[in-house]
Amino acid sequence: MAGGRKEIHGLVERMKTLVERCGGFSFMEVCGTHTVAIFQSGLRSLFPEGLRHISGPGCPVCVTHARDISLGMELVRGEGIVLATFGDMMRVPDAQGMSLKMLRAKGARVHVCYSPLDALDLAQREPGVEVVFWGIGFETTSPTVAATIKEAQQRGVSNFSVLPAHKLIPPALDFLLSSGVEVDGLLLPGHVSTVIGVDVYGFIPHKYGVPAVISGFEPLDIAMSICRLMEMKLSGRVEVFNQYTRAVKRNGNPRARALLEEVFERDDALWRGIGIIKGSGLRIRDSYSAMDALKRFNPKGSDISDPPGCRCGEVLQGKITPPMCPLFKKRCTPMSPVGPCMVSTEGSCAAYYKYGTC
Amino acid sequence: MEQRILLDHGSGGVASHRLIRGLFLEKFFNEYLQPLDDGALLDVSSPISFSTDTYTIDPIFFPGGDIGSLAIHGTVNDVAMMGARPRFVSCGFVIEEGLEVSCLERIVSSMARAAQDAGVRVVTGDTKVVPRGSVDKIFINTTGIGEVVLDPPPRGNRAMPGDVIIVSGSIGDHGLAIMTSREGILLDLGIVSDSAPLNHMVLSLIEEVPHIHVLRDPTRGGLATTLNEIATQSQVEIEIEEEMIPVKDSVKQGCSLLGLDPLYLANEGKFLCILPEKFAHKALGVLRSHPRGRDATVIGRVLKKGPGQILLKTEIGGRRLLTMLEGEHLPRIC
Repeated sequence: MAGGRKEIHGLVERMKTLVERCGGFSFMEVCGTHTVAIFQSGLRSLFPEGLRHISGPGCPVCVTHARDISLGMELVRGEGIVLATFGDMMRVPDAQGMSLKMLRAKGARVHVCYSPLDALDLAQREPGVEVVFWGIGFETTSPTVAATIKEAQQRGVSNFSVLPAHKLIPPALDFLLSSGVEVDGLLLPGHVSTVIGVDVYGFIPHKYGVPAVISGFEPLDIAMSICRLMEMKLSGRVEVFNQYTRAVKRNGNPRARALLEEVFERDDALWRGIGIIKGSGLRIRDSYSAMDALKRFNPKGSDISDPPGCRCGEVLQGKITPPMCPLFKKRCTPMSPVGPCMVSTEGSCAAYYKYGTC
Repeated sequence: MEQRILLDHGSGGVASHRLIRGLFLEKFFNEYLQPLDDGALLDVSSPISFSTDTYTIDPIFFPGGDIGSLAIHGTVNDVAMMGARPRFVSCGFVIEEGLEVSCLERIVSSMARAAQDAGVRVVTGDTKVVPRGSVDKIFINTTGIGEVVLDPPPRGNRAMPGDVIIVSGSIGDHGLAIMTSREGILLDLGIVSDSAPLNHMVLSLIEEVPHIHVLRDPTRGGLATTLNEIATQSQVEIEIEEEMIPVKDSVKQGCSLLGLDPLYLANEGKFLCILPEKFAHKALGVLRSHPRGRDATVIGRVLKKGPGQILLKTEIGGRRLLTMLEGEHLPRIC
């Protein structure tokens, strides 16, 4: 990959020049895949002095509030219920330190899926159990869940339901910027944008004067995008720029959005460490209420606060870096995580721990 | 013989004997096994390398092998990694009541072929049959012994500053083959397990280059885990060049689609060799002359004494740590 290395070094030199001209620059990314890509590729170790990388609430597991976790834990303990979930949720601890992995070892039925359709197929194969799919994720994932709910209805599968916990990125960004998070630029999520398109982010430059770039995930994409952010700040021509044109169309994916619109409607949602962000979540529409696990099983959940000392919330809002949390690497490690930022494969704390900060 | 394995076959009576003589002795036949005594009498010169492993893999048949061939290869390789010539293997079967006899025959035939390929003999064994549901079809334990031919033998704590690290071929093949065939996904990528005996290659290597410090096959947990184990045992800091690590394009593609990292996937036909830099060229020559070692390459070096740590120099020229996984390798959400 010699060509790639030369190009990267060219961009790193450019970053250095731009950061000096800016007098320092901080950017926030809000996508777990970007967090991992920046660390895993080693790009972070090449950032020049003065360039600050902040990880925002881009990891769907990390932002799942303790109360929402308690709902899933309650359902999986129910008689005759199989909880189907993406792998990332398996080791997330609830307020008592219990995880799905531990509950499975104690006999609870948990099924790890690659896609929500796996869960639907399971429900059809085992008519004697109730399969509940834990709907976690941003706009990249929620359309496939919507499609699965529709498919379930079409196939007439009555033992399948979804526990809705999906969230939306633009309202979260609006909230963060309005609550005074200080960043010079935003790196916008590539996959989410393939669904929601470009224009929906317009409020970022227009309302807040912050430049934003929708970025791909290769180190070259990210490096180019960071340079573009700084160029915009310097030129004063602040806008939303789409660097990821090979995957993101201006209008996004209208079919996926139509599916979402048909099955879900906007709701307020609880974000871990942040609290309620209005209109940032999705609930299942009445026309599909037969497949809403909340209505079918009516779980109570528990109102719990974050464990003492855990500063996941501030990490998620980019207010502190993981090493600034008093539990980081001491009480909170991948072996015994206190908060989801440490246990998720895309969590900031996990990334800092795993990849170091060379 | 019957169509399915019954509890009778594990009870030690006539049915058991029919199975042992008709299948195991028939396929594994050799002078040590033939008397069917309680144990085998062997002539083995010391020092002896001794290793055991139990195989519970699912699915039991996969592209590139099966639980039987894997059980032989795995134990032969572990014995060989101690700088030894593997000679004899035992095998213990725990079989689920109801398993088709044809399935067991297929597995045992495969084991016999693998043993012949590796030049080892199955000399003693045990068979248990357990009620339906107690195990998933079949579990196999194999234990192997071999004669250590390298003095001093390679050990995990012998890596030294100035050593280089050689890997014998592409990584991630086995782990991904299992994942894709178990889930029935991405089968068009044609990922095949690399399960194979390594003893012939190891013995050639030892003969030509006796100065080897460490030999290890990166099975469960993959290359990253094995390197970390060695770094901790030897108390050294190791630097690895990401772009030197051989990974097949199909494996890269499959991993990328599933959110997996080839550095953490199991390998069953590859090994790591850590030795002084001045012998690397010769070692590569020996390995590359073997059909299973054509892609052998140097992937890194031991930097200095210190806390066991792996530093990865990434493809783009950056740096980061390469750590061990906490537990299972789970696919990502989005």
